[in-house]
Amino acid sequence: MSILTWTYIMVGITFSIYIVIAWRSRVATTAGFYVAGKGVPAIFNGMATAADWMSAASFISMAGLISFLGYTGSMYLMGWTGGYVLLALLLAPYLRKFGKFTVPDFVGDRYYSDTARVVALICAIFVSLTYVCGQMRGVGIVFSRFLEVQVHVGVIIGMAIVFIYAGLGGMKGITWTQVAQYCVLIVAYLIPAVAISVHLTGWPIPQIGYGAAISAVGPEQGKYLLDVLDVVNKDLGFAAYTSAFAAGQKSMLDVFMITFALMVGTAGLPHVIIRFYTVPNVKSARISAGYALFFIALLYTTAPAVAVFARYNMIDTLNDKPYKQAPSWFLNWQTTGLMAWVDKNGDGIIQYRPGDPFVGPPKFKEADGKIEHGKFGEPLVTNKLTDNQNELYVDRDIMVLANPEIAGLPNWVVGLVAAGGLAAALSTAAGLLLVIGSSIAHDLYYRMINPQASEALQLTIGRIMIFVAICVAGYFGVHPPAFVAQVVAFAFGLAASSFFPIIIMGVFWKRTTREGAIAGMIVGIVFTAAYIIHVKFMGAGFWFLGISAEGIGTVGMIFNFVVCYIVSLLTPPPPQDVQDMVESIRYPRGAEAAKAVH
Amino acid sequence: MDQSKLTEYWHKNLTYVVILLCIWGLVSYVLGIIFVKPLNAISIGGFPLGFWFANQGSEVIFVILIFVYVGLMSRLDRKYDVQE
Repeated sequence: MSILTWTYIMVGITFSIYIVIAWRSRVATTAGFYVAGKGVPAIFNGMATAADWMSAASFISMAGLISFLGYTGSMYLMGWTGGYVLLALLLAPYLRKFGKFTVPDFVGDRYYSDTARVVALICAIFVSLTYVCGQMRGVGIVFSRFLEVQVHVGVIIGMAIVFIYAGLGGMKGITWTQVAQYCVLIVAYLIPAVAISVHLTGWPIPQIGYGAAISAVGPEQGKYLLDVLDVVNKDLGFAAYTSAFAAGQKSMLDVFMITFALMVGTAGLPHVIIRFYTVPNVKSARISAGYALFFIALLYTTAPAVAVFARYNMIDTLNDKPYKQAPSWFLNWQTTGLMAWVDKNGDGIIQYRPGDPFVGPPKFKEADGKIEHGKFGEPLVTNKLTDNQNELYVDRDIMVLANPEIAGLPNWVVGLVAAGGLAAALSTAAGLLLVIGSSIAHDLYYRMINPQASEALQLTIGRIMIFVAICVAGYFGVHPPAFVAQVVAFAFGLAASSFFPIIIMGVFWKRTTREGAIAGMIVGIVFTAAYIIHVKFMGAGFWFLGISAEGIGTVGMIFNFVVCYIVSLLTPPPPQDVQDMVESIRYPRGAEAAKAVH
Repeated sequence: MDQSKLTEYWHKNLTYVVILLCIWGLVSYVLGIIFVKPLNAISIGGFPLGFWFANQGSEVIFVILIFVYVGLMSRLDRKYDVQE
């Protein structure tokens, strides 16, 4: 059977599973809708959190990104896993003991202030909406690449599926579908990685394989894979793969700051935090952070191996080889615009060197609706050429998408990778949409506008809000604003500089006051947002110690802590009942009592 | 339960948190970033050591840290009788 048939089968089967699960876990109470009735066992909450967390970008783009960055790519690996240690040790148990539904709930109650609640609410919605637009775009792209439909058709199908299970089952529906989606995406990621590892090094564990000696027959046989890659990189003019802070790479301070901002941002993301409200007790909140990180680490430790294998394979099979002898996967993927070759020196041989071969993504030269080909049979591009020697255009997504074909795996594996990419995008989108829906229906409508609202009315409003959020996300998925890629820095920067410090202060220092928290949040956000806008949209250089926009959240966070501390000391201490509440969340016993309030 | 016992429980908890976070910072920021260059001179198998800490070691140790904390706290919860 063809790749397309297999893709339809795999996507069809997995979508049917999600819908069946959604139907079986539909809910009729607000506790079920917002926090899955607080009855999710820790191991499944861990899987759901992992699926919630790992987006289309983790699944499709991360390995490719690392493969171009080498050592520097580690900042994503450490940054996007280290936050869970902070969650498990500093946040999850206490927020679970506090026992409400959302992050603004905690901020509003702990800081006895509706102003603080509103600031938290706006941050939560902004961060989640930013993120979800990217996910819907990811859904559309996977659909269009693998199922050969238009991007907007893909987005609409994705919107419908997400609405079915987020709208019907709320958090409960989302959680159980995410468990299934985790299984799909991890299997889809591991199969090609294991196959390539065995082929190249003889090790069935990719995490070990990429540091082992090459066993495949050839001139490099017996040498360590990473050593070979270092030499190859240097010969072609790149920095050695494992080297750090070399010319053209990020500085030590920048890597440090970005890693920290990603860690703290992860721990401050509302759709991650909210997951720890769904477990039955404090102990499960701690354990499920551990399970979540274990399941995430399965993919995150495989990704750098995939990155190394893919880079080695790509250079080995393409560089300095005549175009006419290029492998078939290379020829296939050129039609998608993810790879292209321009013969700058007219020798018919592919030269891969540092720099972009031409300006922007490839635009193929067409006449009468057909792509024109050059004298070696390559599709011609109309882009303006650059003056370096590089002739090869490689989109980073290719490193995961073409993996099964590079490894010579059967067509059903390609179908599975497509289903995995969709699972990653849909699961993240659903979690984010729930945060938006519950923030508006619970924090804004129920807590601030109409506290008398009945369960049924709250549920209806929650569903309507999810529907509205899906439509907004879908619109931006089809018509992505030019700044989509740039706003991701925003999501992490804002989460790091707003929520994280004031939640930590709220738990660990009773004396933190309402004024301190609000001042801290505002200073943190304003500084971070201003720097990102100045650098990303107004084209300023990295003027603050050379830190990039992705890392500035760390500085915003420090400002938030300092301002919050000083202002708290200068203002009257919090009321006694708030101090008693802070005291009580420090001890696990009695988590059920908090639940009875609602 | 009397307040001094609870305060003792809380201080033990904070001690665990501080120790574990020191290890967390050590493997990622100290070994994986600050001392990556000198550590890369040492190789374990085919992995330069600093590169390995940043690429794999930190992630694995993070998982272990959380489970160690879970174990320590479960014992502490029982000892001070604050468990659920």
